[in-house]
Amino acid sequence: MSDVVVVRADRLTRKFGDFTAVDRVSFAVDRGEVFGFLGSNGAGKTTTIRMLCGLLAPTAGSASVDGFDVATQAAEIKRRVGYMSQKFSLYGDLTVAENLRFWGGTYGLFGTRMRDRLRWAVATAELEQQRDLLVRDLPGGYRQRLALVAALLHDPPVIFLDEPTGGVDPAARRRFWDLIDEQAENGKTVFVTTHYMDEAERCHRVALMHAGRLIGLDTVEALKRVFPAGSVVEIACSQTARALSAVQAMPEVRDVSLFGDRLHAVLDSSDALDSVRDRLDERGFGPVDARPILPSLEDVFIHAIRQAELNGGADSHVAVGTARGTA
Amino acid sequence: MIRRTLAVAVKELLQLKRDPRSTLSLLGVPIVLLLIYGFALSFDVHHIRLAVIDQDGTQAARDLSQAFLESGYFDLVYQGTDPRPLDHLLDDGRAQAAVVIPYRYGADLENGRPTTVQFVLDGSDSQMATTILGYARQIVTSISPTLRLRGAEGPVAPLPLVWYNPDLASSRFLVPGLVAFILMITTVIATSLSVVREKERGTMESLRATPLVAIELLLGKTLPYLLLASASAAGSLLLANILFAVPIHGSLLWLGAVTLLFLLGGLGWGVFISTLADSQQVAFQMSLLSTMLPTLVLSGFVFPISSMPRAVQLITHIIPARYYLVALRGIVLKGVGPEYWWGQAVSLGVFAVLMLTLAMVRTIRSL
Repeated sequence: MSDVVVVRADRLTRKFGDFTAVDRVSFAVDRGEVFGFLGSNGAGKTTTIRMLCGLLAPTAGSASVDGFDVATQAAEIKRRVGYMSQKFSLYGDLTVAENLRFWGGTYGLFGTRMRDRLRWAVATAELEQQRDLLVRDLPGGYRQRLALVAALLHDPPVIFLDEPTGGVDPAARRRFWDLIDEQAENGKTVFVTTHYMDEAERCHRVALMHAGRLIGLDTVEALKRVFPAGSVVEIACSQTARALSAVQAMPEVRDVSLFGDRLHAVLDSSDALDSVRDRLDERGFGPVDARPILPSLEDVFIHAIRQAELNGGADSHVAVGTARGTA
Repeated sequence: MIRRTLAVAVKELLQLKRDPRSTLSLLGVPIVLLLIYGFALSFDVHHIRLAVIDQDGTQAARDLSQAFLESGYFDLVYQGTDPRPLDHLLDDGRAQAAVVIPYRYGADLENGRPTTVQFVLDGSDSQMATTILGYARQIVTSISPTLRLRGAEGPVAPLPLVWYNPDLASSRFLVPGLVAFILMITTVIATSLSVVREKERGTMESLRATPLVAIELLLGKTLPYLLLASASAAGSLLLANILFAVPIHGSLLWLGAVTLLFLLGGLGWGVFISTLADSQQVAFQMSLLSTMLPTLVLSGFVFPISSMPRAVQLITHIIPARYYLVALRGIVLKGVGPEYWWGQAVSLGVFAVLMLTLAMVRTIRSL
């Protein structure tokens, strides 16, 4: 199995002064996998990616990319990864072609290979018509695709995408993700951070990160199985905010949170649904409509955060699901 | 390595092309500055308002006052025989200087006795007064070696002979300084801004993720500006040659070599600033502060270093323009070879190496 593992982190840790941005994170990513890194801002996603790209030395633990150690072989790693940073990384005052030629040049591309790769990039990003347009005049979705192919010019086996679709409309996001899937099918390993749940659902496996720690790692399906069938319910009632604390106080409720004007609750078992409904009715939160739903990734994520916070300082950095390839 | 450096340089040139305003200002501002300073920054004094008080009235006395007027520096604003209005004339600024020729002037000269004329000056502008006094001495000595101005030292009449700049035109002295001043400011500002811009726009992070190493990035970034600054230096010297008749007596090759050393130091300094500043605005201010005043005040551009207090003289040793100016004036005005200014060139080289190393170390650390 080790010959297909492309990215491996082993108790990877990074501290900034007293603050631990990434805390003993371990995982392994296989070739051709789309690996999602899900977490809120400040969860440690970007710090992890920067360590994996050889931009930041780990404080403790180790990680390797395509067989090279991130702490000691950063130069090798830079040649083997494509990195699309959170900030827009193209020059607005250069054209599409000029940008591509520059980024190709920084990887030492030239001659026929440069020409071939430029042609490939422009075709893949579907920017043939926009070749000679200044990048600052391109719509956001086009720029995102251009940034992706720019990071792929040197044909790296691994690409790291740090919140690649920020500020892009849903249609452009879907198109961008089609492009990501295409790369994975061609054997590239895609490591992508996001805080969009719908994007995370498109990943083969998702790592949940919270406060620097990995609190869950598995396929989306498996992550959702953490809840017994029928135990996740959606409740519509009146005075939702006050009902939240009422539900929270019920012993058979493991977890509850507000989703828009409804509540999502995790119950001990599906049997508890009726009693929860009845008691809300009694307390005047009616009319109450409660029904089991399929848990969303967001339910899983929120649940995982609660679990992690309950466990507090305990050394359980993988709280939900099964982490493959960890030591 | 060359390919990656080249990629950066080409990108930088393309960006310069897309931004004609900053390119033009990089090339044009030096020329405008040269014109403004070249014409305005002159220590030559003309049209000095002169009052002549001729108490003697002899032919010899008239010859003397005529010599002042024919020198071209003085305009006659008052002529009389009574010295009493002099106070008023100088007080209200109608006259800046006055020659008082005493009664016995003509007779003394005829009898071969030493004689004196009084030269009264408005000393409130000491710089100008010194210049005017210099002119007056020259005029008086030129008409008769036996004439002395009161206050001039010694019985031996001075015989001035000025080399390299016979008519003491200050443009010839100032323009080389101006070239140094302009080069320093533009290279430091341009390079510091170009690096900080990458930080500000967030492209630096992506550059760091590529195999590009510090030296390639620095070379690629500075080469285009080196080219531009050299062009602007050549343009400035050419313009100075045409407009202000500043000759270039020395070898152009040596001139280029010394200028290159000076520019490299400036580029290093600019990159160093860019590692300290996080915004273009901060970089701009740091560049301006660290180059403009020191180069203007402490390099010997305007104020002679030898007349500065000891402590300030020590500080001037870290101002690269100080060395460049001596070498530049040596090559341009005197036409002397490296044996006269090799010390200055070594100092410039040391400065350049120090600055580039500092810039490199800082860039690697921040990269």
